[in-house]
Amino acid sequence: MRHDRLRSWREDGAAFWALTAPPVLWLVAFFVVPLAMVWLVSFAGRGPQGQVLPVATLENYARALEPIHLLIIAKSVAIAVAVTAICVVIGVAMALVIAFAPTRWKNPLLLLVMLPFWTNLLIRTYSWIALLRSEGLVNLGSGWLHEAADALLGLVGLDGLMPAFQPVELLYSTSAVILSLIHIHLPFVVLPAYAALERIDRDCLESSLDLGATPAQTFRLVMLPMAMPGIATGALIAFILALGSFVAADLLGGTDSIMIGNLIQRQFTASNDWQFGAALSFLLLYVTFALVWLNAARRARVPS
Amino acid sequence: MAAIIEVRDATKRFGAHAAVDRVSLSVAEGEFFALLGPSGCGKTTLLRLIAGFETADGGSIAIDGTDMTGVEPQDRPVGMVFQSYALFPHMTVAGNVGYGLRVTGVAKSEIERRVAETLALVKLDGYAERMPAQLSGGQRQRVALARALVKRPRVLLLDEPLSALDAKLREQMRHELVRLKQSVGITFVIVTHDQSEALSMADRVAVMELGRVRQIAAPDELYEHPNCRFVAEFIGRINLFDGRAAGVVEEAGGRRLIVEGAALGRVGVPMNGASAAASALAVGVRPEKVRLDAAEPDDQRIRLQGRVVEIAYFGETSQIMLALDGGATVSAALTNATRSVRPGVAVGDVLWASWDPADTLVLET
Ligand SMILES: Nc1ncnc2c1ncn2[C@@H]1O[C@H](COP(=O)(O)OP(=O)(O)O)[C@@H](O)[C@H]1O
Ligand SMILES: [Mg+2]
Repeated sequence: MRHDRLRSWREDGAAFWALTAPPVLWLVAFFVVPLAMVWLVSFAGRGPQGQVLPVATLENYARALEPIHLLIIAKSVAIAVAVTAICVVIGVAMALVIAFAPTRWKNPLLLLVMLPFWTNLLIRTYSWIALLRSEGLVNLGSGWLHEAADALLGLVGLDGLMPAFQPVELLYSTSAVILSLIHIHLPFVVLPAYAALERIDRDCLESSLDLGATPAQTFRLVMLPMAMPGIATGALIAFILALGSFVAADLLGGTDSIMIGNLIQRQFTASNDWQFGAALSFLLLYVTFALVWLNAARRARVPS
Repeated sequence: MAAIIEVRDATKRFGAHAAVDRVSLSVAEGEFFALLGPSGCGKTTLLRLIAGFETADGGSIAIDGTDMTGVEPQDRPVGMVFQSYALFPHMTVAGNVGYGLRVTGVAKSEIERRVAETLALVKLDGYAERMPAQLSGGQRQRVALARALVKRPRVLLLDEPLSALDAKLREQMRHELVRLKQSVGITFVIVTHDQSEALSMADRVAVMELGRVRQIAAPDELYEHPNCRFVAEFIGRINLFDGRAAGVVEEAGGRRLIVEGAALGRVGVPMNGASAAASALAVGVRPEKVRLDAAEPDDQRIRLQGRVVEIAYFGETSQIMLALDGGATVSAALTNATRSVRPGVAVGDVLWASWDPADTLVLET
């Protein structure tokens, strides 16, 4: 009898602790303790050379609310919101396509969505440089099209009609940052949205059609609300990750594309201001906790 | 009465397998019609063909005299109650019931009035603001019914409407459905694999097997005059004996078919429309038509002698099984008509089982 061996942890304390202790110790040593240290630093005073002084102060948090920093925070939030909104629109569309694709297509399509996860973040970001820079693939491609059009016009004796091709400056802008962040965070929306759509009882959709609803009404009134928990979770993950990102802004952004992540990173490196960096990190963490809690509370309210 | 649903040679294939195979049937306006058959015989597929969720590979379906080929589900005058109920979990009971009116642009006040009226019809007044998750199985079933009925369809299609309920509730909902059917007066087509459900509710029943309709008849006709071995065995209990036709004799009471079989010996049975040329026949008799006697019964009855091997007590009846010499068995159902008198039978008794030749079913196999 197999289930006899599945005993409660109360009865078999030794086995329970033997299995549970290593991961718990690991988490405490390498996650909880460092996090607690950073939290303490966020309330510490700062010596003349940037030393951490053991005095309790809210100074570091107060600095985060200075206009110059608020502006960066606001800008980061705006970028994260834009990224999330576009990810949701594209991600839900992709999830719909996969959910209603023939069964044998579903796994290959999901694999395509997940493929970028297995590529290093820096490589993915550098790829955008290769695409967007003035001699990049986008400009080369449109330049080639331009020339082809010019040559075609030349054939009918209209050469010189088209203005000379000017490469477009795509890189080092907030748009480039948003573009790459969308690319990176799209799977985080697609996967939960797909899971939610896949779970919807097909009978509910047919029932809606049977009751006289058009396919568009069925999508708006039945499918979307039923998939909403999954979509919201995906959007939340994308938003949190985009808000804390700094690689994209660093490599693809212009001088004014600095995000809160870059600000934090700078405090721990060039500025040597750990106290402020810790306070900023924890502000971000508080916001994250609040959002996760709100999402959980909303889900608890909706009976499934 | 005019036919509200006319199915002609409808066929639906999934790959090479025909889930519905050249089915023809016609449902009269106002009828309570049941599709009965074992699981996987194509009942749901046939219902979905009528509702428009599947497209037939052959044949035609007409509703109220109009050919339904190419007509979308939302444009057919039928309402469907799904086996899973398929309630919208994010809408209240009122939201669910009013949905079909809302999406077709019915005025708000009219929706409220009709939702309240329909909820009263299914005895759910006072539940309008509940969410489906807060309802019991039986209440969800009523919401599903109300949601389909509020649109005032010409035909209500119900796929195994009682299968998700427990036995007691199922019994109650059975009466409820019949009452509902009478008060709204529309046609009901119900799918079920439970013969007692079909027999007790429906005016007529179509028995299906492997995608084909085997017999369409009123419940008593199906039970007393099944047209094939499958229907005879699927509906109720039956004793069946293999045999073959061995000639026809003219008697005072009419023509009789002589059947010979290993367990049966040589018996004369009414023709019942069976062919005298058929080599393989099954002779059947329902257990409640079998009488048990200690002494050999009179000459008219078909009789078999055997030893009691099993007595199964069902409350209202007791089923007594006799083992015959050749290894075949015959069962008799005895009514426990009074409290005190139990069938005076014990395991091991040697008894005569006999029945009136007129109660014999002759079935081609
Ligand atoms: N969408 C489908 N794809 C493939 N086979 C199906 C599909 N729907 C039903 N079938 C098959 O058709 C047959 C009849 O199914 P169904 O109509 O659901 O039977 P029932 O309702 O009588 O149990 C079954 O063998 C089933 O496996
Ligand atoms: Mg079915």
